[in-house]
Parts: sequence; C-alpha cells; structure tokens
Amino acid sequence: MEATVGSANTIGKLNSEAPVSKATANYKEQAAGKTVGIPFVEHPKMSMRDVQVYYGDKQAIFDVGLDIGKNEVVAMIGPSGCGKSTFLRCLNRMNDTIDICRVEGSLKLEELDIYDPKLDVVPLRARVGMVFQKPNPFPKSIYDNVAYGPRIHGLVSRKSELDEIVETSLRRAGLWEEVKDRLLSPGTGLSGGQQQRLCIARTIAVSPEVILMDEPCSALDPIATAKIEELIAELSANFTIAIVTHSMQQAARVSDRTAYFHLGKLIEVNETEKVFTNPDHELTEAYITGRFG
Amino acid sequence: MNTSSLLLTIVVLIAVAYFFGRRRSVSLADTSQGGYRNLNSLPFYYGTLTALWCGIPALLVVALWLVFDNTIIDSLILAQLPEPVRALPDGELGLVLNSIKNLAAENMTAGDPEPYVVAAADSLNRITAISQMAMAVLGLTLGMSLAVFSWFRIQPQQKARLQVEKVFKFILLSCASIAILTTVGIVFSVIFESLRFFQAVPFTEFIFGTHWSPQMAIRADQVGSSGAFGIIPLFTGTLLISAIALIVAVPTGLMTAIYLSEYASSTVRSIVKPLLEVLAGIPTVVYGFFAALTIAPLIRDGGAWTFEFLGLQMAISSESALAAGLVMGVMIIPFVSSLSDDVINAVPQALRDGSFGLGATRSETIKQVVLPAALPGIVGSVLLAASRAIGETMIVVMAAGLAANLTANPLESVTTVTVQIVTLLVGDQEFDSPKTLAAFALGLMLFIVTLALNYLALHVVKKYREQYE
Ligand SMILES: Nc1ncnc2c1ncn2[C@@H]1O[C@H](COP(=O)(O)OP(=O)(O)OP(=O)(O)O)[C@@H](O)[C@H]1O
Ligand SMILES: [Mg+2]
Repeated sequence: MEATVGSANTIGKLNSEAPVSKATANYKEQAAGKTVGIPFVEHPKMSMRDVQVYYGDKQAIFDVGLDIGKNEVVAMIGPSGCGKSTFLRCLNRMNDTIDICRVEGSLKLEELDIYDPKLDVVPLRARVGMVFQKPNPFPKSIYDNVAYGPRIHGLVSRKSELDEIVETSLRRAGLWEEVKDRLLSPGTGLSGGQQQRLCIARTIAVSPEVILMDEPCSALDPIATAKIEELIAELSANFTIAIVTHSMQQAARVSDRTAYFHLGKLIEVNETEKVFTNPDHELTEAYITGRFG
Repeated sequence: MNTSSLLLTIVVLIAVAYFFGRRRSVSLADTSQGGYRNLNSLPFYYGTLTALWCGIPALLVVALWLVFDNTIIDSLILAQLPEPVRALPDGELGLVLNSIKNLAAENMTAGDPEPYVVAAADSLNRITAISQMAMAVLGLTLGMSLAVFSWFRIQPQQKARLQVEKVFKFILLSCASIAILTTVGIVFSVIFESLRFFQAVPFTEFIFGTHWSPQMAIRADQVGSSGAFGIIPLFTGTLLISAIALIVAVPTGLMTAIYLSEYASSTVRSIVKPLLEVLAGIPTVVYGFFAALTIAPLIRDGGAWTFEFLGLQMAISSESALAAGLVMGVMIIPFVSSLSDDVINAVPQALRDGSFGLGATRSETIKQVVLPAALPGIVGSVLLAASRAIGETMIVVMAAGLAANLTANPLESVTTVTVQIVTLLVGDQEFDSPKTLAAFALGLMLFIVTLALNYLALHVVKKYREQYE
C-alpha cells in the first residue's frame, strides 16, 4: 500500500517471533525516523497510514501509521503536547469541529474511508464512539443521558426497548447498582467518577464498534480509576478500544499494545509488556524511565 | 474665599498630606535589608491614611456647611425684618426674601426697593461673606490639624493598610446604599401618592374597572367629565402590544443567536453582531416615527385592501396595536439575540463534543444539549426583553394612539399603562387632583407587575438550575 508497509519487519501478527536481525533492523529504522516495533496487524479494525495533521500552518502529526486490531486495547502514551489527542480525534473526525484543523493520509474503519469527503460523519461516530478527558454529562437526567444516543439514531421503537438498553449500558458501565433508584435525577449531580462511567454508558448505549478514550481517568481519584480500568478490561471483550493516558501503570494494566508518540511522530508500537520492560527505541526508554515527559 | 477655590485648596492639602505621610513612613522604615521590612504596611498606605484624615473631615465640614447655611442665613435675615413684614403670609414673605437676594446679588429689582429691603440685602451680603470665611477657616484648620495629628501617629507597627481598607470598604458600602435608598425612597413616595389616590377612587374600581377616561371636571359646571379610572383596558393594551412584540422578537432573536453562535463563521459573526447591537442603540423616538409614518399606514392600507378583497366591511384605524407591537419587536430583537448568544456561547464545548461524539448532528446537538443547557440564560434574556416592551412608551404614543379601548384586536388602537402615565402628568392639572394622582397608582401597579414577573423568572430559572447543575 504505502512505503511504511513495505518494510517487512514491521508487518506481522501480534505475536510474530522476532528474527535475529531485529535489533539491527530496528536500529536502522530508528535512524531513519520510522516507527519501530509492530504498528501493523493482520485484519485490523482500524488502519491508519501516512497520517498528517495540521493546525493552520503548524503540523501536529507527522507520517503516523498504525493499526488497531479487532477487540484490541491500544494505549497511546507520550509527553504532553505530542499529539495523542489530535491523533485520537482523527479516528472519528472529531477534529472537524476545529476550523483550522486539516487531516491528510488514509484512515480506514474496516473498508470505510473515514475521510471520504462524501462520508456522513453521523453513522461513523455511531460506530466509533468517544469518551472525553473531563466527564461531560448532558444537563439531563441519568436516564436521558444514556437514552440520548439510541434516541437520535432511532435504535429503538418502544419504551421498553429503551429501558432495556439503558439498563444494560449502565450495568456494563458498572453504574447500575449506584443509580438504579434515581434514574430521573440529573446526571450532573453524580460524582466525578460516576459521571465518567455515565459517559461511558452513554457511549456504549449506541453499541459502537470502537471506543476512543482521551485520558478518561485524569479527573478521577484512584478508586474511581480502578473501577474504570476494570470496566475497560471487561469492555475489551466486545469492543475495540484506543485509550490515551498519562499513567504508564494504567497503560500497562489495560492495554494489549502501547504506542509511544513524541513530537507528533509515532516512535514505537509494541506489545505493552515489551514497551514497559524492554523498549526498542531509546526515546521510549527515556520516557518510561522518567527521564523526560 | 469662594467654594470652588476652597475645594481646590483642600485637594492640594490632601496631596500634601499624602506626600508627607508617605515620606514619614519611609523615613521610619528600616531599609538595611532592602525593601520596607519593618513597616506593617507599604508606604502608600501611610500616605493614604494621612490624606484620608485630612480630606474626609474637611470635605465633610464643607458639605454640611453648604447644606445648612442657606436656611440658617435665611432665618437670620428674616429675624432682622420689621415686625409687620414678618407677619406676612409665607408666600409673600418668600417674595420679599427673593427681592432681598436679588438686590444683594446686584440684580435688578422691580421698582424702588423699600429701605428695609436695602438694609436686609446689606446684612445678607455681610453674613454670607462671614459664613464663607468661617467655612474655609473651619474646614482647612480641621483638615490640617487632623493631618498633622495622624502624621505624628505614624509608627512602623501601625496597621495602616487595615485602616485604609476599612475606610474604602465604608465608602463602597455607602455608594451601594445610595442606589438602594433611592429605590426605597421612590417606592415609598409612589405608595403614599397612590394611597391618596385610593382615597378619591376606590381600589376595587381601579383594579376591576373596564373603563378608563381620566378627564375630570376642573370647574363644577363642566359637562361629561366624571372621570373613570378602570385600569383593565390599559393592562390589556400593554399585554397586547408586548405580546406582539415578543412574538416578533423571541423567535427572531433566538434564531439569530443560534445562527451566530453555532453556524456563522467568525468573520460573519464579527460583522453581524455589532450591526445587531446598533439596533439597540437607535433612540426609541426614531422607532416611534418609523412605526407611525411607515408601518401603521402600511398596515392600514394593506388591511383595507384585504378586507375589500374579502368583501368585508371593516374600518381599520391608522393607529394600531399591531404597528406599535411589530416595531417594538424589532427594537427588542437585539436584547434577545445578544444575550442569548452570550449564554449559548457560554455552554461548554465539552458538552457539544460529547454529543457529536455520539454521532448527533449539529441540529440535534443544539436542540437537545445546547439549548437546554442555556435555557436559564435564555429565559432571562426573554424576560429582559419583556420588561423593555412593557416599559416602552414612545413607540406606543406615536403608533398605537391614546384611546383606551378594551380589545384583543391588534388592528384597533389601544393604549398602555406607561403612555397613560405620561398623558396624565403633562398638561396643567393641579397636582393633587385624582387625575394626576392616578399616575402614581398606575406606576405602582406597573412596578408590582414587573416585580412579580422578575420574581417568577428568577424562581423558574433557579428551579431549573438546581435540577441541572
Ligand atoms: N485546537 C488547536 N489549535 C491549534 N493547535 C492545536 C489545537 N489543539 C492542539 N494543538 C496543538 O497540537 C499539538 C498536539 O496537541 P494535542 O492536544 O494532540 O497533544 P496531547 O498529546 O493530547 O497533549 P496532552 O497530553 O497534554 O493532552 C500541540 O502542539 C498543540 O499545541
Ligand atoms: Mg490530550
């Protein structure tokens, strides 16, 4: 397809065995400024190639190529301002809301070209949902917050169906027991952690295929964070998840693969365990050992 | 020394006091470690404190003097007048006093002044000069001595900043109370005059009467002028016109706000928004003659043509509630649009993102997320517009007429509460006739209605807030 795909060493299944020459090959790629590790997988759910993102004249993302496998959890880490949110927001075209933002390259959800100018973003965003850094429940009741998506997409025809969706979504988000008695009270009246789980429930209520999460726990205390991490682990059975996080422990706990971004470039993608024990790239190593970031 | 040069002197004195107070604190400071470490407050506060000690008492003396010296001097002069003159009734005594003052100011007086007037004018001049002098001496010595006193009190441990802040807090408080006291004063004067009105006209007749015709007989033999004070036609007129205005302004203004905040590019916004605000700056008189000279004839001709076309026999007056209401609606569009635009913009982008992230379209997001979140503010802007509409007078005078018809037909001429207040008070009725007092009663009613409206709005908004914040 493109140049990055051509370098044979970087293509492979998740558990492809490393050839003896890998270290030197990595070294070459490292020198050439290419992504090291295993950015691509077979049969990806989403596949991005040569992605460039510009804010006005300023380029924020350079030549990023990455696959996200089906039902895989990919964590994105990197120092602040390196473009993690920017890249994540490309995946369901949330960047459209920023006037000066321009995206180039090929981004695909299975066979669907995400940046096809003729594409209607509404069904796309129903397939690729998003959870934001700060919990942002709508100024509506808990019930209506969760029912919002199914209603606008016309997923239900009867009230009982809607009730069922609301209940299962809240259950899957681990919130049902806490709110089942006050479904009609405002969602904004919940605690921060509950609000974030409400936002997750709201997202899974439209049964998306992919869930994008941008630092979903950064506003939460450790207990709420633990709940959400548990939830992510459960959700990964049914959903494909891309999560941006500043917590390396979190990335280590929840993700299958970890992608390290640096100054708008994708430096390394590897199995999470490898990234945190024996990264291929010296920049990754510097970051995870806390020498900067 | 006249008053203005006295004030100027006091200002100079204040500046001098500031300078010396500051200098003394600096000289007392221990600067060996850099800065003013041993001073309790910055030198600025010591200077200000000295200046306040000097300025406030001096200015207070001058102010009190100016308030009271006229009455005191007047009574002194009156006491000097010969016995028969002092026995004159109040009105004539006032005339005598006036001619004394005129003579003293070397203005012309009618005819030859009486000798006692000349003498009084002389002594008036003398007393005034003495009073001026005394005011200056007292004010300046008080200011200066207190400044010196506070200058001596300056100590490094003195809590100058706390004292200055206390004084300024008191000044701020008194400014705030001016507004409150004025309101209270106005309300009470309106209430008292209204009570006088209700002694002449029964309250129930006023509230439930359906006929408004405030012309009263000035002489007992005048015909056809009994005076009827039923406010229902006035309130229906007010309601009719305000309703028409709001029907025009609320949808237009709200749509404008939505367009500006959600759809328009920033260039369009930066042009349209100021232009809209120009609408709010047009004097209402201009709207008034636009309504009277352009819209009202248009409605009359258009209506006449329509009725003729339909084969109906109906006359349309050239003054109509519709004309006034339409133009008033245009006038209050910017109130709705500008304020709503602000509150819509204040809805956090995160909420929109959340909605877009679920695949909602722009219009779904606006209808279901943005507008509900902005609702309290929108209600507020609508109420502001409504109170503008209820209080608006000029457009109604010019376009809707003065006839107090009890009607719901927008093509007829009606009148409003505020217009009637104006017409009651212009003209040369004596001031304690029921006709003029009725204006106060109307004002009171208007006040109560707007107050109730505001209270209701606040209540609604608060309830909504509690639910969703
Ligand atoms: N709306 C925008 N307009 C212009 N520049 C932007 C905008 N959003 C982001 N940028 C720029 O793009 C770069 C990447 O930003 P991004 O928000 O993607 O970083 P990030 O990796 O998510 O950082 P953080 O960890 O702090 O969230 C930054 O240099 C930022 O200044
Ligand atoms: Mg970010």
